[in-house]
Amino acid sequence: MNKSIPPHGTEKVIISRKKFSDLIFENLTFVFALMILGIVLWIIYEMYFYSGESRSAFGWEFIWSNEWEPVRKEFGALAFVYGTAVSSILALIIALPLSLGVAIFLSELAPKIIKSTLSFVIEILAAIPSIIFGFWGIFVLAPFMRSDLQPFLQKYFGYLPFFQGTPLGTGLLTAGIILAIMIIPIITAISRDVLKAIPQSQREAAYALGATKWEAIKMALLNAKSGILGATVLGFGRAVGETMAVTMVIGNRADINISFFEPAYTMASVIANEFAEASEILHLSSLIEVGLLLFGVTFLINSFARLLIFSVTRNAEGR
Amino acid sequence: MKVILDTELKFEEHQKLKGKDSSKFAITTTDLSVHFGLKAAIKKINLKIRRNTVTSIIGPSGCGKSTLLRSLNLMHELTPRTKVTGTIKILDKDITEYDVINLRNKVGMVFQKPNPFPKMSIYENVISGYKLSGKNPSESFDDIVERCLIHSALWDEVKDRLNKPAISLSGGQQQRLCIARTIAINPEIILMDEPTSALDPLSTMKIEKLIHDFKNDYTIIIVTHNMQQAARVSDFTAFMFIGDLVEFDKTKKLFTVPTVKLTEEYITGKFG
Ligand SMILES: Nc1ncnc2c1ncn2[C@@H]1O[C@H](COP(=O)(O)OP(=O)(O)OP(=O)(O)O)[C@@H](O)[C@H]1O
Ligand SMILES: [Mg+2]
Repeated sequence: MNKSIPPHGTEKVIISRKKFSDLIFENLTFVFALMILGIVLWIIYEMYFYSGESRSAFGWEFIWSNEWEPVRKEFGALAFVYGTAVSSILALIIALPLSLGVAIFLSELAPKIIKSTLSFVIEILAAIPSIIFGFWGIFVLAPFMRSDLQPFLQKYFGYLPFFQGTPLGTGLLTAGIILAIMIIPIITAISRDVLKAIPQSQREAAYALGATKWEAIKMALLNAKSGILGATVLGFGRAVGETMAVTMVIGNRADINISFFEPAYTMASVIANEFAEASEILHLSSLIEVGLLLFGVTFLINSFARLLIFSVTRNAEGR
Repeated sequence: MKVILDTELKFEEHQKLKGKDSSKFAITTTDLSVHFGLKAAIKKINLKIRRNTVTSIIGPSGCGKSTLLRSLNLMHELTPRTKVTGTIKILDKDITEYDVINLRNKVGMVFQKPNPFPKMSIYENVISGYKLSGKNPSESFDDIVERCLIHSALWDEVKDRLNKPAISLSGGQQQRLCIARTIAINPEIILMDEPTSALDPLSTMKIEKLIHDFKNDYTIIIVTHNMQQAARVSDFTAFMFIGDLVEFDKTKKLFTVPTVKLTEEYITGKFG
């Protein structure tokens, strides 16, 4: 780098001045980057610190117990973990096929006009505030669930334990559906991008071997496998952390029930609902520990997803 | 400008001696034009390609070599706003009478950049034509893989690691794998679009040797920028210039006594 510095004094100054401003800029951006990392670490530390009461009172039992009785000072998070896990998994089961279908349509099949319109609609969907989804869930989805979908499921699949009990409208399944609608945009958009990153030469190779359109798409899906998995996990992470909309439709009862019609509770919801009213130190501390748990889970899920997506896009660039 | 090859008696006799039905052309195009939007990429190409010969297509960049090649296995169907006019006869049947899938099983294609399927093993890549379509061949997969890898001169290099991913191979090996994958579906015609342009001289040599050995079993059309390569591997050569077929003749003749001035200028390196 230095070998090109000419002997003339004036030019030297210009070069070093440029370098100086570059240096400031680089260091500044580096400081900003560090700040973000610092904030994350700070949040973790604070949550860890303030959940100390609860951690020392219950230990690992906190995760395995489903007693959440603020009055009796019994705190166990299992019911919330269950509610979060089941509602998110339901959301994934509903959202994945739909999103994949749309992503395939967008990247492989749709004519240009439809492609841009649909992409626009999906982006809008992603931008709707979750409280609006919550309202929609309460006023439109829940009544529909109660009067149509739940009775229907009970009639035809009532032999399964998942679809037994009273159709209340709210509950795990309703939460799952709301969450599904909310994560469809993420899974769709990323899957579409991953599919688009598959080089055209791969499709041509498939067609040249006599593949039909569907067979060529299957090949693209095979190539995009890990990226789509990444998109899925990212959507799952979003579902796990979602608070408002779920709180409004899940029923908010700290119970573990096999039926999807029953009300439940999620980690995020319990924090949102109880944090303001928690006056007991132990109660507060337990809520913070639930938060720590939620943070840990979403952090792991997201890192895993990013890693998968990264591995795919990096490979695509190489070709 | 267009010269349709006059069948030469000597060649025909030669073919007869080999016991082939020389009265048949593998490919015949009549007034074949391809337009991308309003722009003509090739104009009224008339070409007759004999069975079991190697034909090379040469010409400066952008003259329509790939476009011509890709019209022969209907690859243009994939590009919107592409219009193909004229007639193409493949193995004495009009191309429109074929089901696209069948046609592409008969007319295989090898691309410029090696493009094996990265998520498949070497073994799976060879039988990928069957894997994609779910069709079952008459031979066992093991036999196909061995036969095609031997034919494409790759067997010795990969027989101990057939289950390794295809992208673990070198570029030259990947290209031979793509050739193996193409011959696995038993085509009669193989189209190659600059198959060695991304490869080192040694790999190039191996593939040229393959092309030479393939002549008994396949009709081959190869696009190349390398005139020595055209001279080495092909029986016939077509010279194209800005969408026109300028001259088409036996390779020996075209490279020694070209009839068109433009051809002469091109092969002597005056332009291009
Ligand atoms: N998909 C397409 N859309 C529009 N124009 C195209 C398309 N493909 C090729 N062309 C044009 O058609 C002409 C012929 O292209 P073609 O790829 O057949 O050339 P080529 O002889 O193979 O060149 P090269 O030696 O560089 O590969 C070029 O002018 C090119 O710009
Ligand atoms: Mg080309």
